[in-house]
Amino acid sequence: MEHVAPPAWVMLAYLISGVFFISALRGLSSPATSQRGNRFGMAGMLIAVVTTLVTHEVASLPEILGAIAIGGGIGWVTARKIAMTDMPQLVAAFHSLVGMAAVLVAAAAFLNPVAFGIVGADGLINPVSRVEMGLGIAIGAITFSGSVIAFLKLAGKMSGAPILLPLRHVINLTTLAAILGLIGYFTVDQSPWIFWTVTALAFLIGFLLIIPIGGADMPVVVSMLNSYSGWAAAAMGFTLHNTAMIITGALVGSSGAILSYIMCKAMNRSFISVIAGGFGAEAAATGGPAKEQRPWKRGSAEDAAYMMQQAESVIIVPGYGMAVAQAQHILREMADVLKKQGVSVKYAIHPVAGRMPGHMNVLLAEAQVPYDEVFELEDINSEFAQTDVAFIIGANDVVNPAAKTDKTSPIYGMPVFDVDKAKTVFFIKRSMGGVGYAGVDNDVFYMDQTMMLLADAKKMCEDIVKALQH
Amino acid sequence: MDFISILSIFVMACFVGYYVVWSVTPALHTPLMAVTNAISSVIIVGALIAAAADGSTTAKWLGLIAVALASVNIFGGFAVTARMLAMYKKKER
Repeated sequence: MEHVAPPAWVMLAYLISGVFFISALRGLSSPATSQRGNRFGMAGMLIAVVTTLVTHEVASLPEILGAIAIGGGIGWVTARKIAMTDMPQLVAAFHSLVGMAAVLVAAAAFLNPVAFGIVGADGLINPVSRVEMGLGIAIGAITFSGSVIAFLKLAGKMSGAPILLPLRHVINLTTLAAILGLIGYFTVDQSPWIFWTVTALAFLIGFLLIIPIGGADMPVVVSMLNSYSGWAAAAMGFTLHNTAMIITGALVGSSGAILSYIMCKAMNRSFISVIAGGFGAEAAATGGPAKEQRPWKRGSAEDAAYMMQQAESVIIVPGYGMAVAQAQHILREMADVLKKQGVSVKYAIHPVAGRMPGHMNVLLAEAQVPYDEVFELEDINSEFAQTDVAFIIGANDVVNPAAKTDKTSPIYGMPVFDVDKAKTVFFIKRSMGGVGYAGVDNDVFYMDQTMMLLADAKKMCEDIVKALQH
Repeated sequence: MDFISILSIFVMACFVGYYVVWSVTPALHTPLMAVTNAISSVIIVGALIAAAADGSTTAKWLGLIAVALASVNIFGGFAVTARMLAMYKKKER
Protein backbone atom coordinates (compact mmCIF):
# COMPACT_ATOMS: atom_id res chain seq x y z
CA MET A 1 0.00 0.00 0.00
CA GLU A 2 1.48 3.33 -1.05
CA HIS A 3 1.15 6.32 1.16
CA VAL A 4 -1.88 8.25 -0.09
CA ALA A 5 -1.59 11.99 0.26
CA PRO A 6 -4.47 13.39 2.31
CA PRO A 7 -6.75 16.02 0.72
CA ALA A 8 -5.37 19.55 0.45
CA TRP A 9 -7.65 20.99 3.13
CA VAL A 10 -6.27 18.53 5.68
CA MET A 11 -2.70 19.56 4.96
CA LEU A 12 -3.82 23.16 5.22
CA ALA A 13 -5.49 22.56 8.58
CA TYR A 14 -2.31 21.05 10.04
CA LEU A 15 -0.31 23.95 8.60
CA ILE A 16 -2.65 26.46 10.26
CA SER A 17 -2.31 24.55 13.49
CA GLY A 18 1.48 24.87 13.19
CA VAL A 19 1.18 28.61 12.55
CA PHE A 20 -0.95 28.96 15.66
CA PHE A 21 1.78 27.25 17.66
CA ILE A 22 4.37 29.68 16.32
CA SER A 23 2.08 32.57 17.33
CA ALA A 24 1.74 31.02 20.78
CA LEU A 25 5.48 31.30 21.36
CA ARG A 26 5.62 34.72 19.70
CA GLY A 27 3.07 35.96 22.25
CA LEU A 28 5.52 35.24 25.04
CA SER A 29 7.78 38.08 23.90
CA SER A 30 5.99 40.27 26.43
CA PRO A 31 3.74 39.57 29.42
CA ALA A 32 1.13 41.86 27.85
CA THR A 33 0.57 39.58 24.83
CA SER A 34 1.35 36.29 26.53
CA GLN A 35 -2.15 35.26 27.50
CA ARG A 36 -3.35 35.71 23.95
CA GLY A 37 -0.40 33.58 22.88
CA ASN A 38 -1.49 30.79 25.17
CA ARG A 39 -4.97 30.87 23.63
CA PHE A 40 -3.39 30.60 20.16
CA GLY A 41 -1.70 27.47 21.41
CA MET A 42 -4.99 25.98 22.54
CA ALA A 43 -6.61 26.83 19.22
CA GLY A 44 -3.77 25.16 17.32
CA MET A 45 -4.15 22.01 19.40
CA LEU A 46 -7.92 21.93 18.90
CA ILE A 47 -7.50 22.22 15.13
CA ALA A 48 -4.95 19.41 15.06
CA VAL A 49 -7.07 17.04 17.17
CA VAL A 50 -10.34 17.71 15.37
CA THR A 51 -8.71 17.41 11.94
CA THR A 52 -7.23 14.04 12.88
CA LEU A 53 -10.51 12.73 14.22
CA VAL A 54 -12.64 13.74 11.23
CA THR A 55 -10.18 12.46 8.62
CA HIS A 56 -9.76 8.97 10.04
CA GLU A 57 -12.21 6.16 10.31
CA VAL A 58 -12.59 6.14 14.04
CA ALA A 59 -13.47 2.65 15.23
CA SER A 60 -13.30 3.48 18.90
CA LEU A 61 -14.60 6.98 19.53
CA PRO A 62 -16.00 6.33 23.06
CA GLU A 63 -12.68 4.90 24.22
CA ILE A 64 -10.79 7.85 22.72
CA LEU A 65 -13.07 10.41 24.33
CA GLY A 66 -12.76 8.50 27.60
CA ALA A 67 -8.95 8.61 27.39
CA ILE A 68 -9.03 12.34 26.67
CA ALA A 69 -11.43 12.95 29.57
CA ILE A 70 -9.38 10.94 32.07
CA GLY A 71 -6.03 12.40 31.00
CA GLY A 72 -7.44 15.89 30.60
CA GLY A 73 -9.10 15.74 34.02
CA ILE A 74 -5.88 14.67 35.73
CA GLY A 75 -3.91 17.39 33.92
CA TRP A 76 -6.45 20.09 34.66
CA VAL A 77 -6.71 19.32 38.38
CA THR A 78 -2.93 19.07 38.74
CA ALA A 79 -2.46 22.40 37.00
CA ARG A 80 -4.98 24.10 39.30
CA LYS A 81 -3.55 22.67 42.51
CA ILE A 82 0.19 22.74 41.98
CA ALA A 83 2.16 25.23 44.10
CA MET A 84 4.30 27.64 42.09
CA THR A 85 7.41 26.53 43.99
CA ASP A 86 6.80 23.00 42.65
CA MET A 87 6.76 24.14 39.03
CA PRO A 88 10.17 22.63 38.09
CA GLN A 89 9.13 19.11 39.04
CA LEU A 90 5.74 19.55 37.38
CA VAL A 91 7.42 20.52 34.14
CA ALA A 92 9.77 17.53 34.44
CA ALA A 93 6.79 15.24 35.04
CA PHE A 94 5.02 16.65 31.98
CA HIS A 95 8.14 16.10 29.88
CA SER A 96 8.18 12.47 30.91
CA LEU A 97 4.61 12.09 29.66
CA VAL A 98 5.45 13.52 26.23
CA GLY A 99 8.37 11.10 26.08
CA MET A 100 6.21 8.14 27.01
CA ALA A 101 3.49 9.18 24.55
CA ALA A 102 6.13 9.28 21.79
CA VAL A 103 7.33 5.80 22.76
CA LEU A 104 3.78 4.44 22.67
CA VAL A 105 2.97 6.08 19.34
CA ALA A 106 6.16 4.75 17.77
CA ALA A 107 5.44 1.28 19.16
CA ALA A 108 1.89 1.42 17.82
CA ALA A 109 3.20 2.51 14.42
CA PHE A 110 5.55 -0.46 14.41
CA LEU A 111 2.79 -2.90 15.36
CA ASN A 112 0.20 -1.46 12.99
CA PRO A 113 2.12 0.25 10.18
CA VAL A 114 -0.80 0.07 7.76
CA ALA A 115 -2.82 2.49 9.90
CA PHE A 116 0.02 5.00 9.66
CA GLY A 117 0.42 4.58 5.90
CA ILE A 118 4.10 3.74 6.13
CA VAL A 119 4.08 0.36 4.40
CA GLY A 120 5.94 0.14 1.10
CA ALA A 121 5.01 -1.84 -2.02
CA ASP A 122 6.97 -4.84 -0.73
CA GLY A 123 4.72 -5.12 2.35
CA LEU A 124 7.50 -3.99 4.65
CA ILE A 125 7.76 -0.70 6.51
CA ASN A 126 9.51 1.95 4.40
CA PRO A 127 13.22 2.13 5.35
CA VAL A 128 13.01 5.90 5.86
CA SER A 129 10.04 5.45 8.17
CA ARG A 130 11.99 2.82 10.11
CA VAL A 131 14.75 5.32 10.83
CA GLU A 132 12.19 7.95 11.79
CA MET A 133 10.31 5.69 14.15
CA GLY A 134 13.55 4.30 15.56
CA LEU A 135 14.72 7.83 16.33
CA GLY A 136 11.26 8.72 17.63
CA ILE A 137 11.11 5.83 20.07
CA ALA A 138 14.73 6.33 21.17
CA ILE A 139 14.37 10.06 21.83
CA GLY A 140 10.99 9.47 23.47
CA ALA A 141 12.41 6.82 25.78
CA ILE A 142 15.40 9.01 26.72
CA THR A 143 13.03 11.89 27.42
CA PHE A 144 10.88 9.64 29.58
CA SER A 145 13.48 8.03 31.81
CA GLY A 146 15.60 11.20 31.99
CA SER A 147 12.58 13.26 33.02
CA VAL A 148 11.54 10.74 35.64
CA ILE A 149 14.98 11.03 37.26
CA ALA A 150 14.88 14.83 36.96
CA PHE A 151 11.44 14.80 38.54
CA LEU A 152 12.57 12.61 41.44
CA LYS A 153 15.58 14.85 42.06
CA LEU A 154 13.61 18.08 41.84
CA ALA A 155 10.80 16.79 44.05
CA GLY A 156 13.37 15.73 46.65
CA LYS A 157 12.32 12.08 46.36
CA MET A 158 15.87 11.25 45.34
CA SER A 159 19.07 12.89 46.50
CA GLY A 160 20.07 15.87 44.36
CA ALA A 161 23.70 14.84 44.74
CA PRO A 162 25.32 13.48 41.59
CA ILE A 163 25.58 9.70 41.44
CA LEU A 164 28.80 8.82 39.67
CA LEU A 165 29.22 5.37 38.22
CA PRO A 166 32.73 4.22 37.39
CA LEU A 167 33.38 4.24 33.64
CA ARG A 168 30.13 6.11 33.11
CA HIS A 169 31.38 7.93 30.01
CA VAL A 170 32.39 4.65 28.42
CA ILE A 171 29.05 3.03 29.30
CA ASN A 172 27.08 6.02 27.98
CA LEU A 173 28.99 6.31 24.71
CA THR A 174 28.80 2.57 24.09
CA THR A 175 25.06 2.56 24.72
CA LEU A 176 24.58 5.56 22.45
CA ALA A 177 26.64 3.94 19.70
CA ALA A 178 24.65 0.73 20.06
CA ILE A 179 21.36 2.62 19.70
CA LEU A 180 22.51 4.42 16.55
CA GLY A 181 24.01 1.26 15.10
CA LEU A 182 20.84 -0.72 15.67
CA ILE A 183 18.68 2.01 14.13
CA GLY A 184 20.95 1.89 11.10
CA TYR A 185 20.69 -1.91 10.91
CA PHE A 186 16.92 -1.62 11.32
CA THR A 187 16.72 -0.18 7.78
CA VAL A 188 17.80 -3.51 6.29
CA ASP A 189 16.18 -5.84 8.81
CA GLN A 190 12.90 -4.91 10.43
CA SER A 191 12.96 -7.66 13.07
CA PRO A 192 11.06 -6.72 16.21
CA TRP A 193 14.02 -7.54 18.49
CA ILE A 194 15.99 -4.65 17.01
CA PHE A 195 13.18 -2.21 17.62
CA TRP A 196 12.62 -3.31 21.22
CA THR A 197 16.35 -3.43 21.99
CA VAL A 198 16.67 0.16 20.80
CA THR A 199 13.77 1.05 23.10
CA ALA A 200 15.28 -0.69 26.13
CA LEU A 201 18.73 0.84 25.57
CA ALA A 202 17.20 4.29 25.17
CA PHE A 203 15.32 3.97 28.47
CA LEU A 204 18.60 2.94 30.06
CA ILE A 205 20.67 5.79 28.67
CA GLY A 206 18.08 8.40 29.69
CA PHE A 207 18.47 7.14 33.22
CA LEU A 208 22.27 6.99 33.04
CA LEU A 209 22.54 10.49 31.56
CA ILE A 210 20.64 12.24 34.34
CA ILE A 211 21.76 10.46 37.53
CA PRO A 212 25.25 12.04 37.54
CA ILE A 213 23.87 15.57 37.27
CA GLY A 214 23.56 17.59 40.47
CA GLY A 215 20.70 19.74 41.76
CA ALA A 216 21.86 23.17 40.66
CA ASP A 217 22.48 21.97 37.11
CA MET A 218 18.81 21.10 36.88
CA PRO A 219 17.91 24.25 34.90
CA VAL A 220 20.07 22.90 32.08
CA VAL A 221 18.66 19.38 32.38
CA VAL A 222 15.05 20.50 32.41
CA SER A 223 15.68 22.67 29.34
CA MET A 224 17.49 19.83 27.60
CA LEU A 225 14.66 17.38 28.23
CA ASN A 226 12.27 20.04 26.99
CA SER A 227 14.28 20.09 23.78
CA TYR A 228 14.25 16.27 23.51
CA SER A 229 10.48 16.11 23.90
CA GLY A 230 10.29 18.40 20.89
CA TRP A 231 12.68 16.32 18.76
CA ALA A 232 10.66 13.20 19.66
CA ALA A 233 7.48 14.87 18.42
CA ALA A 234 9.27 15.99 15.25
CA ALA A 235 10.54 12.47 14.54
CA MET A 236 7.01 11.12 14.81
CA GLY A 237 5.85 13.99 12.59
CA PHE A 238 8.25 12.72 9.92
CA THR A 239 6.79 9.24 10.24
CA LEU A 240 3.23 10.55 9.92
CA HIS A 241 4.06 13.21 7.31
CA ASN A 242 2.30 15.63 9.60
CA THR A 243 3.19 19.34 9.28
CA ALA A 244 1.73 20.35 12.64
CA MET A 245 3.89 17.81 14.46
CA ILE A 246 7.02 18.71 12.50
CA ILE A 247 6.62 22.46 13.02
CA THR A 248 5.83 22.02 16.70
CA GLY A 249 8.64 19.56 17.23
CA ALA A 250 11.12 21.95 15.64
CA LEU A 251 9.82 24.87 17.72
CA VAL A 252 9.97 22.98 20.99
CA GLY A 253 13.30 21.43 20.10
CA SER A 254 14.89 24.81 19.37
CA SER A 255 13.25 26.36 22.39
CA GLY A 256 14.72 23.82 24.78
CA ALA A 257 18.09 24.00 23.07
CA ILE A 258 18.22 27.80 23.36
CA LEU A 259 17.21 27.68 27.02
CA SER A 260 19.95 25.11 27.70
CA TYR A 261 22.43 27.39 25.96
CA ILE A 262 21.32 30.43 28.00
CA MET A 263 21.60 28.45 31.24
CA CYS A 264 25.05 27.10 30.40
CA LYS A 265 26.28 30.54 29.46
CA ALA A 266 24.96 31.96 32.72
CA MET A 267 27.06 29.41 34.58
CA ASN A 268 30.04 29.77 32.25
CA ARG A 269 30.02 26.02 31.72
CA SER A 270 29.99 24.12 28.49
CA PHE A 271 26.99 22.01 27.69
CA ILE A 272 29.25 18.97 27.49
CA SER A 273 30.59 19.50 31.01
CA VAL A 274 27.07 19.79 32.41
CA ILE A 275 26.01 16.61 30.64
CA ALA A 276 29.19 14.86 31.74
CA GLY A 277 27.88 15.63 35.20
CA GLY A 278 29.29 15.42 38.69
CA PHE A 279 29.90 19.16 39.15
CA GLY A 280 29.04 19.29 42.86
CA ALA A 281 31.10 16.26 43.77
CA GLU A 282 34.22 17.35 41.91
CA ALA A 283 34.09 20.88 43.29
CA ALA A 284 33.77 19.61 46.85
CA ALA A 285 36.73 17.32 46.34
CA THR A 286 39.06 19.88 44.75
CA GLY A 287 37.77 22.99 46.54
CA GLY A 288 39.56 21.91 49.69
CA PRO A 289 38.70 22.92 53.23
CA ALA A 290 37.21 26.35 53.85
CA LYS A 291 39.80 29.07 54.26
CA GLU A 292 40.86 30.23 57.70
CA GLN A 293 38.19 31.62 59.98
CA ARG A 294 37.59 35.18 58.99
CA PRO A 295 35.67 37.80 60.97
CA TRP A 296 32.14 38.57 59.87
CA LYS A 297 29.36 40.72 61.23
CA ARG A 298 26.00 39.49 62.33
CA GLY A 299 23.06 41.82 61.80
CA SER A 300 19.54 41.76 63.17
CA ALA A 301 16.15 42.35 61.60
CA GLU A 302 16.13 45.77 63.27
CA ASP A 303 19.48 46.66 61.69
CA ALA A 304 18.19 45.67 58.28
CA ALA A 305 14.93 47.58 58.76
CA TYR A 306 16.75 50.69 59.92
CA MET A 307 19.33 50.67 57.13
CA MET A 308 16.77 50.08 54.42
CA GLN A 309 14.50 52.84 55.72
CA GLN A 310 17.42 55.24 55.52
CA ALA A 311 18.32 54.05 52.04
CA GLU A 312 17.28 55.65 48.81
CA SER A 313 17.51 52.45 46.83
CA VAL A 314 17.41 48.74 47.62
CA ILE A 315 18.10 45.89 45.21
CA ILE A 316 16.82 42.48 46.23
CA VAL A 317 18.66 39.42 44.89
CA PRO A 318 16.52 36.30 45.33
CA GLY A 319 17.74 32.74 44.88
CA TYR A 320 16.62 29.17 45.34
CA GLY A 321 16.65 29.60 49.14
CA MET A 322 13.75 32.03 48.83
CA ALA A 323 11.74 29.37 47.03
CA VAL A 324 12.59 26.74 49.63
CA ALA A 325 11.55 29.06 52.47
CA GLN A 326 8.43 30.19 50.54
CA ALA A 327 9.51 33.73 51.41
CA GLN A 328 8.31 35.48 48.23
CA HIS A 329 5.05 36.81 49.70
CA ILE A 330 6.53 38.30 52.84
CA LEU A 331 9.40 39.66 50.76
CA ARG A 332 6.94 41.57 48.61
CA GLU A 333 5.24 42.91 51.77
CA MET A 334 8.61 44.12 52.96
CA ALA A 335 9.19 45.84 49.62
CA ASP A 336 5.72 47.42 49.78
CA VAL A 337 6.41 48.93 53.20
CA LEU A 338 9.73 50.28 51.98
CA LYS A 339 8.18 51.73 48.85
CA LYS A 340 5.55 53.50 50.94
CA GLN A 341 8.38 55.06 52.87
CA GLY A 342 9.87 56.39 49.66
CA VAL A 343 12.59 53.81 49.05
CA SER A 344 13.17 52.61 45.49
CA VAL A 345 13.04 48.80 45.41
CA LYS A 346 14.14 46.63 42.51
CA TYR A 347 14.64 42.92 42.09
CA ALA A 348 17.65 41.41 40.32
CA ILE A 349 17.29 37.94 38.83
CA HIS A 350 20.19 35.78 37.71
CA PRO A 351 19.39 33.47 34.78
CA VAL A 352 20.26 30.36 36.80
CA ALA A 353 18.59 31.40 40.05
CA GLY A 354 16.24 28.62 41.07
CA ARG A 355 15.79 25.21 39.53
CA MET A 356 14.47 26.10 36.09
CA PRO A 357 14.70 29.05 33.68
CA GLY A 358 12.53 31.91 34.91
CA HIS A 359 11.70 30.17 38.21
CA MET A 360 12.25 33.30 40.35
CA ASN A 361 10.19 35.46 38.01
CA VAL A 362 7.19 33.17 38.41
CA LEU A 363 7.49 33.14 42.18
CA LEU A 364 7.72 36.93 42.33
CA ALA A 365 4.78 37.22 39.95
CA GLU A 366 2.85 34.88 42.23
CA ALA A 367 3.63 37.19 45.12
CA GLN A 368 2.22 40.04 42.97
CA VAL A 369 5.52 41.78 42.40
CA PRO A 370 4.96 43.93 39.29
CA TYR A 371 7.12 42.58 36.48
CA ASP A 372 8.51 46.02 35.67
CA GLU A 373 10.30 46.03 39.03
CA VAL A 374 12.13 42.82 38.15
CA PHE A 375 15.38 43.09 36.17
CA GLU A 376 17.74 40.74 34.39
CA LEU A 377 21.41 40.48 35.25
CA GLU A 378 22.80 42.63 32.45
CA ASP A 379 20.13 45.30 32.86
CA ILE A 380 20.72 45.97 36.53
CA ASN A 381 24.28 44.98 37.30
CA SER A 382 25.73 48.45 36.75
CA GLU A 383 23.30 49.88 39.32
CA PHE A 384 24.80 48.14 42.36
CA ALA A 385 27.56 50.74 42.55
CA GLN A 386 24.97 53.47 43.12
CA THR A 387 22.78 51.39 45.40
CA ASP A 388 22.55 51.83 49.14
CA VAL A 389 21.47 48.33 50.07
CA ALA A 390 21.82 44.97 48.33
CA PHE A 391 19.49 42.48 50.00
CA ILE A 392 20.44 38.89 49.21
CA ILE A 393 17.85 36.29 50.03
CA GLY A 394 18.56 32.64 49.32
CA ALA A 395 21.20 33.28 46.65
CA ASN A 396 24.91 32.62 47.07
CA ASP A 397 27.02 31.57 44.09
CA VAL A 398 25.41 34.21 41.84
CA VAL A 399 26.81 37.00 44.04
CA ASN A 400 30.24 35.47 44.64
CA PRO A 401 33.02 37.82 43.50
CA ALA A 402 35.38 34.85 43.22
CA ALA A 403 33.74 34.25 39.85
CA LYS A 404 35.37 37.50 38.69
CA THR A 405 38.73 37.32 40.45
CA ASP A 406 39.73 33.80 41.47
CA LYS A 407 40.91 31.77 38.50
CA THR A 408 41.06 28.60 40.59
CA SER A 409 37.43 28.85 41.69
CA PRO A 410 35.07 26.29 40.16
CA ILE A 411 32.67 29.10 39.33
CA TYR A 412 35.32 31.35 37.74
CA GLY A 413 33.95 33.13 34.70
CA MET A 414 30.32 32.86 35.65
CA PRO A 415 28.62 36.26 35.34
CA VAL A 416 27.67 37.42 38.84
CA PHE A 417 25.96 40.37 40.48
CA ASP A 418 28.35 43.09 41.67
CA VAL A 419 26.78 43.22 45.13
CA ASP A 420 30.19 43.96 46.60
CA LYS A 421 29.90 47.45 45.10
CA ALA A 422 26.74 48.31 47.06
CA LYS A 423 27.15 50.54 50.12
CA THR A 424 25.60 47.98 52.46
CA VAL A 425 24.91 44.29 51.92
CA PHE A 426 22.42 42.21 53.87
CA PHE A 427 22.84 38.50 53.34
CA ILE A 428 20.12 36.16 54.57
CA LYS A 429 21.47 32.70 55.19
CA ARG A 430 20.48 29.90 57.50
CA SER A 431 23.92 29.56 59.08
CA MET A 432 27.54 30.33 58.35
CA GLY A 433 28.23 26.63 57.93
CA GLY A 434 26.81 25.89 54.52
CA VAL A 435 28.44 27.19 51.41
CA GLY A 436 26.69 27.47 48.05
CA TYR A 437 26.06 24.64 45.70
CA ALA A 438 29.49 24.97 44.16
CA GLY A 439 31.08 24.43 47.58
CA VAL A 440 33.10 27.65 47.48
CA ASP A 441 33.51 30.25 50.17
CA ASN A 442 32.03 33.67 49.43
CA ASP A 443 34.07 36.83 50.14
CA VAL A 444 30.87 38.84 50.39
CA PHE A 445 30.27 37.31 53.86
CA TYR A 446 33.41 38.94 55.24
CA MET A 447 33.24 42.42 53.71
CA ASP A 448 33.10 45.45 55.99
CA GLN A 449 29.78 46.56 54.60
CA THR A 450 28.14 43.14 54.89
CA MET A 451 25.79 42.11 57.67
CA MET A 452 24.81 38.48 57.83
CA LEU A 453 21.21 37.83 58.76
CA LEU A 454 21.32 34.26 59.98
CA ALA A 455 17.79 32.87 59.99
CA ASP A 456 15.16 31.23 57.88
CA ALA A 457 14.43 33.62 55.00
CA LYS A 458 10.71 33.81 55.67
CA LYS A 459 11.14 34.35 59.41
CA MET A 460 13.74 37.05 58.81
CA CYS A 461 11.52 38.95 56.36
CA GLU A 462 8.63 38.76 58.83
CA ASP A 463 10.82 40.25 61.55
CA ILE A 464 12.04 42.99 59.22
CA VAL A 465 8.47 43.89 58.28
CA LYS A 466 7.57 44.11 61.99
CA ALA A 467 10.60 46.29 62.66
CA LEU A 468 9.77 48.52 59.68
CA GLN A 469 6.28 49.16 60.98
CA HIS A 470 7.45 50.37 64.37
CA MET B 1 4.58 14.41 0.65
CA ASP B 2 8.06 13.33 -0.22
CA PHE B 3 10.86 13.28 2.31
CA ILE B 4 12.55 16.40 0.95
CA SER B 5 9.48 18.63 1.30
CA ILE B 6 9.01 17.39 4.86
CA LEU B 7 12.65 18.01 5.61
CA SER B 8 12.35 21.54 4.19
CA ILE B 9 9.42 22.30 6.46
CA PHE B 10 11.39 20.95 9.40
CA VAL B 11 14.50 23.00 8.68
CA MET B 12 12.50 26.18 8.14
CA ALA B 13 10.58 25.56 11.35
CA CYS B 14 13.85 25.19 13.24
CA PHE B 15 14.90 28.64 12.04
CA VAL B 16 11.51 30.11 12.92
CA GLY B 17 11.79 28.49 16.34
CA TYR B 18 15.28 29.91 16.82
CA TYR B 19 14.20 33.50 16.17
CA VAL B 20 10.87 33.29 17.96
CA VAL B 21 12.37 31.80 21.10
CA TRP B 22 15.16 34.39 21.30
CA SER B 23 12.46 37.04 21.31
CA VAL B 24 10.84 35.53 24.41
CA THR B 25 11.52 37.69 27.44
CA PRO B 26 13.58 35.82 30.09
CA ALA B 27 10.96 36.62 32.71
CA LEU B 28 8.62 34.27 30.85
CA HIS B 29 11.00 31.34 30.48
CA THR B 30 9.07 29.15 32.89
CA PRO B 31 5.74 29.72 31.09
CA LEU B 32 7.67 29.11 27.85
CA MET B 33 8.64 25.67 29.07
CA ALA B 34 5.11 24.94 30.21
CA VAL B 35 3.57 25.99 26.91
CA THR B 36 6.14 24.19 24.76
CA ASN B 37 5.35 21.16 26.85
CA ALA B 38 1.68 21.53 26.06
CA ILE B 39 2.19 22.03 22.33
CA SER B 40 4.68 19.18 21.99
CA SER B 41 1.77 17.01 23.00
CA VAL B 42 0.55 17.52 19.44
CA ILE B 43 1.98 14.00 19.29
CA ILE B 44 -1.60 13.15 20.29
CA VAL B 45 -2.27 13.22 16.54
CA GLY B 46 -0.22 10.04 16.20
CA ALA B 47 -1.84 8.58 19.28
CA LEU B 48 -5.32 9.23 17.87
CA ILE B 49 -4.44 7.53 14.59
CA ALA B 50 -3.21 4.47 16.49
CA ALA B 51 -6.21 4.45 18.78
CA ALA B 52 -8.71 4.93 15.96
CA ALA B 53 -7.41 2.23 13.67
CA ASP B 54 -8.54 -1.36 13.38
CA GLY B 55 -5.97 -4.04 12.81
CA SER B 56 -3.93 -4.48 15.95
CA THR B 57 -5.53 -4.54 19.39
CA THR B 58 -2.19 -3.94 21.10
CA ALA B 59 -1.51 -0.93 18.90
CA LYS B 60 -4.98 0.40 19.65
CA TRP B 61 -4.46 0.18 23.40
CA LEU B 62 -1.00 1.69 23.18
CA GLY B 63 -2.62 4.50 21.22
CA LEU B 64 -5.33 4.99 23.82
CA ILE B 65 -2.80 5.18 26.65
CA ALA B 66 -0.79 7.67 24.60
CA VAL B 67 -3.96 9.73 24.05
CA ALA B 68 -4.53 9.82 27.81
CA LEU B 69 -0.90 10.79 28.56
CA ALA B 70 -0.86 13.49 25.91
CA SER B 71 -4.19 14.81 27.22
CA VAL B 72 -2.74 15.19 30.72
CA ASN B 73 -0.08 17.34 29.14
CA ILE B 74 -2.34 19.34 26.88
CA PHE B 75 -4.90 20.27 29.52
CA GLY B 76 -2.34 20.50 32.31
CA GLY B 77 0.20 22.42 30.25
CA PHE B 78 -2.16 25.06 28.89
CA ALA B 79 -3.95 25.43 32.24
CA VAL B 80 -0.79 25.88 34.23
CA THR B 81 0.58 28.32 31.64
CA ALA B 82 -2.62 30.34 31.81
CA ARG B 83 -2.42 30.33 35.59
CA MET B 84 1.16 31.57 35.57
CA LEU B 85 0.61 34.22 32.91
CA ALA B 86 -2.37 35.64 34.79
CA MET B 87 -0.02 36.43 37.68
CA TYR B 88 2.28 38.72 35.70
CA LYS B 89 1.02 42.21 36.43
CA LYS B 90 2.37 45.66 35.67
CA LYS B 91 2.86 48.25 38.37
CA GLU B 92 -0.38 49.98 39.29
CA ARG B 93 0.03 53.62 38.56
